[in-house]
Amino acid sequence: MTNEELQACLTGEFTNAEVKIGKQYVEILVQADELHDAAVKLSTLPLLSFDYLFCLSGVDYPEKIQIVYHLESTKHRHTVVLKVNTADRVDPVVDTVSDVWQTAKYHEREVYDLLGVKFNNHTDLRRLFLDDSWGFPLRKDYKDEVRIVER
Amino acid sequence: MGFNIYDFSGMTHNMHLWFMERMSPTATTIVEWTVIGVSYMLFVALFGLFLVYAERKVCAAFQQRLGPMRVGLWGLLQTIADFVKLLMKELIMPKSADKFLYNLAPFIVMIATFLAMAVLPFAKGLQTLDFDIGIFYVTAVSSVGVIGILLAGWSSNNKYSLIGAMRSGAQILSYELSVSLSLVTIIILAGSMQLSVIVESQRDSWFLFKGHIPSLIAFVIFLIAGTAETNRGPFDLAEAESELTAGFHTEYSGIKFAFFFLAEYINMFIVAAMATTVFLGGWMPLHFGSIESFNHVMDFIPPLVWFFMKVCGVIFLIMWFKWTFPRLRVDQILTLEWKYLLPINLVNILLMCLVVLTKFHL
Amino acid sequence: MSETKEIIISSDKIHTDQYLVNMGPQHPSTHGVLRLLVRLEGEIVHHIQPHVGYIHSGIEKMCESLSYPQVIHLTDRMDYLSAHMNNEAVCLCVENALQVEVPDRVKYVRTIMDELTRLASHQLWWCVMGMDLGALTTFFYGLRDREHILDIFEETCGARMTLNYSVPGGVMFDIHPNFQKRVKAFITEFRKKLPEYDQLLTGNVIFQERTNDIGYLSLEDAIAWGVTGPSGRGSGFSCDVRKHNPYSAYPLVQFEEKLDTRGDSFARYRLRIEEMHESLHIIEQLIDNIPEGDYAVKMKGVVKLPEGEFYQRVESARGEFGVYIVSDGKKNPYRVKFRSPGFSNLFALNKMAAGHKIADLVAIMSTLDLVIPDIDR
Repeated sequence: MTNEELQACLTGEFTNAEVKIGKQYVEILVQADELHDAAVKLSTLPLLSFDYLFCLSGVDYPEKIQIVYHLESTKHRHTVVLKVNTADRVDPVVDTVSDVWQTAKYHEREVYDLLGVKFNNHTDLRRLFLDDSWGFPLRKDYKDEVRIVER
Repeated sequence: MGFNIYDFSGMTHNMHLWFMERMSPTATTIVEWTVIGVSYMLFVALFGLFLVYAERKVCAAFQQRLGPMRVGLWGLLQTIADFVKLLMKELIMPKSADKFLYNLAPFIVMIATFLAMAVLPFAKGLQTLDFDIGIFYVTAVSSVGVIGILLAGWSSNNKYSLIGAMRSGAQILSYELSVSLSLVTIIILAGSMQLSVIVESQRDSWFLFKGHIPSLIAFVIFLIAGTAETNRGPFDLAEAESELTAGFHTEYSGIKFAFFFLAEYINMFIVAAMATTVFLGGWMPLHFGSIESFNHVMDFIPPLVWFFMKVCGVIFLIMWFKWTFPRLRVDQILTLEWKYLLPINLVNILLMCLVVLTKFHL
Repeated sequence: MSETKEIIISSDKIHTDQYLVNMGPQHPSTHGVLRLLVRLEGEIVHHIQPHVGYIHSGIEKMCESLSYPQVIHLTDRMDYLSAHMNNEAVCLCVENALQVEVPDRVKYVRTIMDELTRLASHQLWWCVMGMDLGALTTFFYGLRDREHILDIFEETCGARMTLNYSVPGGVMFDIHPNFQKRVKAFITEFRKKLPEYDQLLTGNVIFQERTNDIGYLSLEDAIAWGVTGPSGRGSGFSCDVRKHNPYSAYPLVQFEEKLDTRGDSFARYRLRIEEMHESLHIIEQLIDNIPEGDYAVKMKGVVKLPEGEFYQRVESARGEFGVYIVSDGKKNPYRVKFRSPGFSNLFALNKMAAGHKIADLVAIMSTLDLVIPDIDR
């Protein structure tokens, strides 16, 4: 599907979501409470069948933390960027999608480790790289007097 | 004292008489034991060093490089330098190791090695013990070493060591069968278990040729099983560097590690020496039926040289295996023994019986 | 401590016959500082829990305070064996964001460098694969040939592994006058040497026994776990970025995306060997046709990306490498995320190796071709 067709299709399927064509990919921003349903729909609808999650990142914006899922369909070869904003920046929580895409299990652990986003229903939410006592380094307000030299 | 490089029995006999004239029989025995013990120790140390050097050079040749070149001429002193380094290394013992067994293990391995060496005929008259059950003795004694390995693995209190030791136990116990059975094949042919008799009866033709196909099969099986028994690649599961870091000797350092290391090389020598004695005519020169002039030239080469030439040839083969093959997995190694080598061996013994009964070998 | 307990005690009963072994962080076959917490029963592996982070260097955090050209220098410290692909990914991302069209010469040179890097990486993988299986001789055969590639790299860009050759808008210097001659000589020579790899290892009975039907990964699992590169293609997952999202000179060359549906260790092994043949084929098509022209376009002294999000996928030697840049219009990126192939590949290990022996775990791990800094970043 081309980006335009994909946009039309997604707008029809996801009424509460915001669908737009970004610089490269179609972007779809869903509500935090609808994330899991949206993920299931994206992966199972035959027309979409986004079965391959190739990137999962968290971005710390001034008043929210955004989780960005880059999805591709190995059948139709189209790509979509699924985004979700957390309601709270200090104590962010979203649903896990690790039951939809297995690989998300560890990508979510990484996001939890570096940004402190909690994933509901995650089976094994522990820190991945860092110590339990560490802060969340990818947050913009992260301070570390020892290792980071402010210029 | 009647030194003769073709026959040492006169020399040893004269030495014995020389001692007897000057001392009491008890003192003579003690002195002789000491002389023999010291010469064995010297031999093990020197030949061990040589084998380590040879292995490194052979390995280098297979891997298209030069090997040790810096210490001494062509790196000849490299292994000596390494040995000195090992002597000076700190002996580290895990805190939770079983101290007594941990210290005992390397010695058991070493003792088993020395015991097996006792019956090897190096040349005519150059053999410490000449039992009438020589082969039986070697197979019995060489399996004592596995106790040392099991102890080392158990007492180190390290899981890698334990896994390595258990693998080694399973492997050596299984391959012991093949080693013994392939030797039994030759015993049937030779009609004796005494090593000197076996060597002597290969005067005109080696058993490898005399026994026709059954002894060829037995030789191949003996080489495979012998390699497995010495824990060398491709059967080095007990050490399996990429899986178990160093297997049963993970926790050993310094001279204790050197004992295991040396024992492995000397075991390789014993396997090669047994193969030489039993299949390749021991210290007997190579003879071709009726080509008198050729046989005569071969007779000029002293028996000791013959023995070591053959041994080194077999050792080279064993090294060749190690540097060419990937390692087997533990279940594959047991499958190879129990499903292939053992049945082939049993059939092979029957074949050999047929050969002997029909006097085909004469 | 609690974690150990949690694994030993499953919901209903205590497994008294199982025990845990820490493979790593210092272990010869984890090729770096990876720790695998392995639950064993005798020799049989029941569960593998990878623990990563021993070489986590916070590259993503560091990138946030660096300018774009500086970011490139960090990327080849991640997967140091496919350094050039990582460099290129960032460069392509920046160029796409600024809508800079690079000269054809740059595209050709980058693609050749990509493929040379892939060859070097696969050669090293082959060395190590043999070594993990106990065939130590392979190590020197592979390194012997890899040395030629590294010499070519050194001549052109001064570095042997961490190339830093790509810059936004092109490459740092023009190729060395000897470049074409040496690459062609290398191809002729390596064409002759590559069959040796098969003779030494592939055809060996023990090797076949050790890899066939070991470490099966189904197509569904490969997609679900995001296993890419030759590891994914060994399960039949068509995931070659060079084919599906071509970049640089890849649209101009003929090559095949090799797939294998067997999904076992041998399939993954076989595919990497075949990829080496394909890489040689790609370089052959390009090396004689490098167009004349500039080796870089003039860029502004300070590279500033327009506000927005940019993503670039490239095929590194290990699989799909992705760069996700969020820019707020300043000279530093707001957020950089690297999608490293090793990270996704590693966590499918439990799926593949559970139920096999310890020796197989090692073999399977080497067919995944893990580079630890690539996982930890």
